[in-house]
Amino acid sequence: MIEFFEVHKAYQLGKKSVTALQTTSLQIPTGQIYGLIGHSGAGKSTLMRLINRLEEPSAGRIEVDGLDITQLDAEGLRNFRRRVGMIFQHFNLLTSRSVADNVALPLRLAGELSKQAINKKVSDLLARVGLENHAKKYPAQLSGGEKQRVGIARALATDPTILLCDEATSALDPQTTGQVLELLAEINRELGLTLVLITHEMDVVRRICDQVAVMDGGVIVEQGKVADVFLHPQHPTTKRFVYEAEQVDENERVQNLAEVEGRILHLTFQGQATYEPLLARVAYQTGIEFSILSGRIDRIRNEPYGQLTVAFKGERLEEAMQMLQAAEVHLEELRHE
Amino acid sequence: MNELLANVDWYEIWLATLETFLMLGGSLIFTILLGLPLGVLLFLTGPKQLFDQKGLYSILSLVTNILRSLPFIILLIVMIPITVMITGTSLGVAGAIPPLVVGATPFFARLVETALREVDRGIIEATQAMGATTKQIIISALLPEARPGILAAITVTAITLVSYTAMAGVVGAGGLGDLAIRFGYQRFQTDVMVVTVVLLLVLVQVLQMVGDRLVVHYSRK
Ligand SMILES: Nc1ncnc2c1ncn2[C@@H]1O[C@H](COP(=O)(O)OP(=O)(O)OP(=O)(O)O)[C@@H](O)[C@H]1O
Ligand SMILES: [Mg+2]
Repeated sequence: MIEFFEVHKAYQLGKKSVTALQTTSLQIPTGQIYGLIGHSGAGKSTLMRLINRLEEPSAGRIEVDGLDITQLDAEGLRNFRRRVGMIFQHFNLLTSRSVADNVALPLRLAGELSKQAINKKVSDLLARVGLENHAKKYPAQLSGGEKQRVGIARALATDPTILLCDEATSALDPQTTGQVLELLAEINRELGLTLVLITHEMDVVRRICDQVAVMDGGVIVEQGKVADVFLHPQHPTTKRFVYEAEQVDENERVQNLAEVEGRILHLTFQGQATYEPLLARVAYQTGIEFSILSGRIDRIRNEPYGQLTVAFKGERLEEAMQMLQAAEVHLEELRHE
Repeated sequence: MNELLANVDWYEIWLATLETFLMLGGSLIFTILLGLPLGVLLFLTGPKQLFDQKGLYSILSLVTNILRSLPFIILLIVMIPITVMITGTSLGVAGAIPPLVVGATPFFARLVETALREVDRGIIEATQAMGATTKQIIISALLPEARPGILAAITVTAITLVSYTAMAGVVGAGGLGDLAIRFGYQRFQTDVMVVTVVLLLVLVQVLQMVGDRLVVHYSRK
């Protein structure tokens, strides 16, 4: 568990002090994939870099599995950092070292394993990320996706319990992004690592995160389970990210509705309800009519969900709405008749 | 041919070449031994770097600049008492090496500092995040990553030293440059001058070529 207790961070720029993280308390449970999303300058990297003390907090306390890391001395900090892997947007591989040497570096620096043990471990790690045939290459000879795989293998070398990913897929194309995210999810599943993952894209959060924190201006403005935040966003910043991901234009949505008759509801299904013929059943039983204006059926992590905008007409609409609510469909009224 | 090069004493030329090599080799080794740590120190204590130490950096920077702004010919003369203290003589190859080293070290150190600054900050950060000590960061990340830049710096410094060795002739250091001045220039033996200059040119060319090759070899970008 990673815990922030009233942590505050300000950077000193000459005489000026710039607050990057307002006083924040936070808990990241072990084994979770925790997303951090926010616009540029929101303070995501600052928050993440406090976890392995690449930045020192200006105030507050940070504990990892009960260890107060703000109190660690130089050696304690170095040992702690071996338990925290980190991958970067621009990979940050050593250009002068081969792929295998890059992955071996954290082990060499730790100086605990013999040469043979290191070699064995490096080939295991390269196999895990699917690069067993690239060991002798140099980073410049690899594609972006392959470089990030090397970065992941290197970050896993010292068997960390936490993996920090600062925009790990931002420099990659959509397909490669998918593959790298899949690899990260697999690592989380198989090794039980806690992942903290910074991104600009809600879609990345939707695909692999368990929880998400939305940041704006150095403040976490909203946080919770991804499904809750994604399906019922509260804060304007969160809404913007969600609509961006769904490519919904709020104005357009309202305009289109003007041409339709009836009462318009926004229905959100989650889990099993997504695949059940609920609407048809309700229509059949109450005699209401409905037309679907827009909709989307997708998955959040592995849980299916559906969102439909529907126009309803009929006498027994109240009854129908109660039936839907009873089936755990979330209703939001977009327009009353 | 012999007619054209009537004044050229090939044995003398051979000796002078040897002296140039000795001066160059000796001073280059010491320049690297002193300049590399100085360059690393300049880099580390610089603004926003690993060991940001404003005071120390200002002092190192000032000393480096003073030595670099001093014309080498003046340095040669000013250095004489110190040279005698170190080598017991201010003459010959041994007498030339201390001023050559003092002249070239600050120059080389600055080039090393620049080469280190070219290393991507992200790489230093990644190494820090692995739990490396500062020493490990320097040895395992900074220096290997800056190797092409440092090799280029050594090449430029070696070539600069070649031209310095020519001036060292003034204090009786010997070498090709000295020969060019004493015979070629002062005694109007143009043929001697041409031969020595051609030899110096070949030396510079070879240094540059070898340096470039090494830089390319170690650049994996
Ligand atoms: N080393 C630094 N010195 C001074 N100010 C900094 C430093 N690092 C970050 N800041 C400031 O702190 C704020 C938060 O920066 P941070 O890098 O955490 O944002 P971010 O959310 O990661 O942004 P991005 O998405 O662009 O990476 C910004 O206003 C930034 O200018
Ligand atoms: Mg950032």
